[in-house]
Amino acid sequence: MSSHEEIKAGNRAADPDWAGDSVLEQALGNFRQSVHAWSDAAYSRPRTAMQIVTGRGWRFAVGWALGCVLISGSLAGGLYERHHLRALAQVKAEQEAKQRQLAIQPRTGSGDEDLLAAVDTDISRTVPAAMEPLAQLMESSEDQ
Amino acid sequence: MRDKRASTRVMAAGTAVKPITAEAAEEITAQEFARVVETHRPQIFRFLLASTRDIDLAETLTQECFLKAHRNWAHFRGDSSAMTWLMRIAINLQKDHWRNRRLQFWRHTQSNGVDLDEASEWLPSGERTAEQQILAREQVATVWKAVRGLSERQRTVFLLRYVEDQELSDIALSTGLSEGTVKAHLSRALQKVRTELGGKR
Repeated sequence: MSSHEEIKAGNRAADPDWAGDSVLEQALGNFRQSVHAWSDAAYSRPRTAMQIVTGRGWRFAVGWALGCVLISGSLAGGLYERHHLRALAQVKAEQEAKQRQLAIQPRTGSGDEDLLAAVDTDISRTVPAAMEPLAQLMESSEDQ
Repeated sequence: MRDKRASTRVMAAGTAVKPITAEAAEEITAQEFARVVETHRPQIFRFLLASTRDIDLAETLTQECFLKAHRNWAHFRGDSSAMTWLMRIAINLQKDHWRNRRLQFWRHTQSNGVDLDEASEWLPSGERTAEQQILAREQVATVWKAVRGLSERQRTVFLLRYVEDQELSDIALSTGLSEGTVKAHLSRALQKVRTELGGKR
């Protein structure tokens, strides 16, 4: 028995609750050995972190996927916005060009002639058709 | 007693040799703490394992114990041994754990605690016969059964005394109880163990 064990044994013997009960002493000794053996085995057991690693990997993959979706979505949105703005600008430019052309066109053609023609058509009077039978009657009486 | 605040190394004659820089002092402190962890970790783990019968929980509480110890290492004045100080932290952590668990009883907490039969399986074979092994297992199972029926304080005192082989004065320091109270708890705990064993005889 080592000196350490002797001291422990001495301590136990000095314990008033301990003395004289060999069964209790044996049971407590076995209990102590059992706890020590269990603790030593548990303390030096190999630790496996498979579950944690898998969980982390899964989360990592999901994180990456979400990140990729966000980045590609932002890029696609930006491109669409740019394309849309460019199309709008093009349409606007076309409209402006057309308006400019329309505004310039009357001045460049034979404007005065057209204006006079328009005035002529506006103020010209045609002979009322209602007088025509009377005029015909007058013409026929003159013949007779 | 260790004086952690000393900033100079003093020779036997009492003459100061050279001042220690803050970095060097930190390095020394870190080394000291690493030594303490290396020395006492298995014992703290064993006590927590016996108290909780849950390997994962015992490991978690051991980690927490040393984390707390590391944070407060600068305040450790060496009034008691490092083991007693660490054991006190472990006991408090264990108490907090059970208190929180009682308060959060509605939560589904998965326990990995082993049953008494499984805990009793552990026994060094030594030079025993098969019959002695069976008898020893039965005795261990009986003691576990008695330990399960003890109050928190009785169990702590019992485990510190008969598993960790601690002196009554150290147990009193670790638990914050007087030596008389420790003796009383121990006596009641032993009585219950004896009663339980008596039923098996």
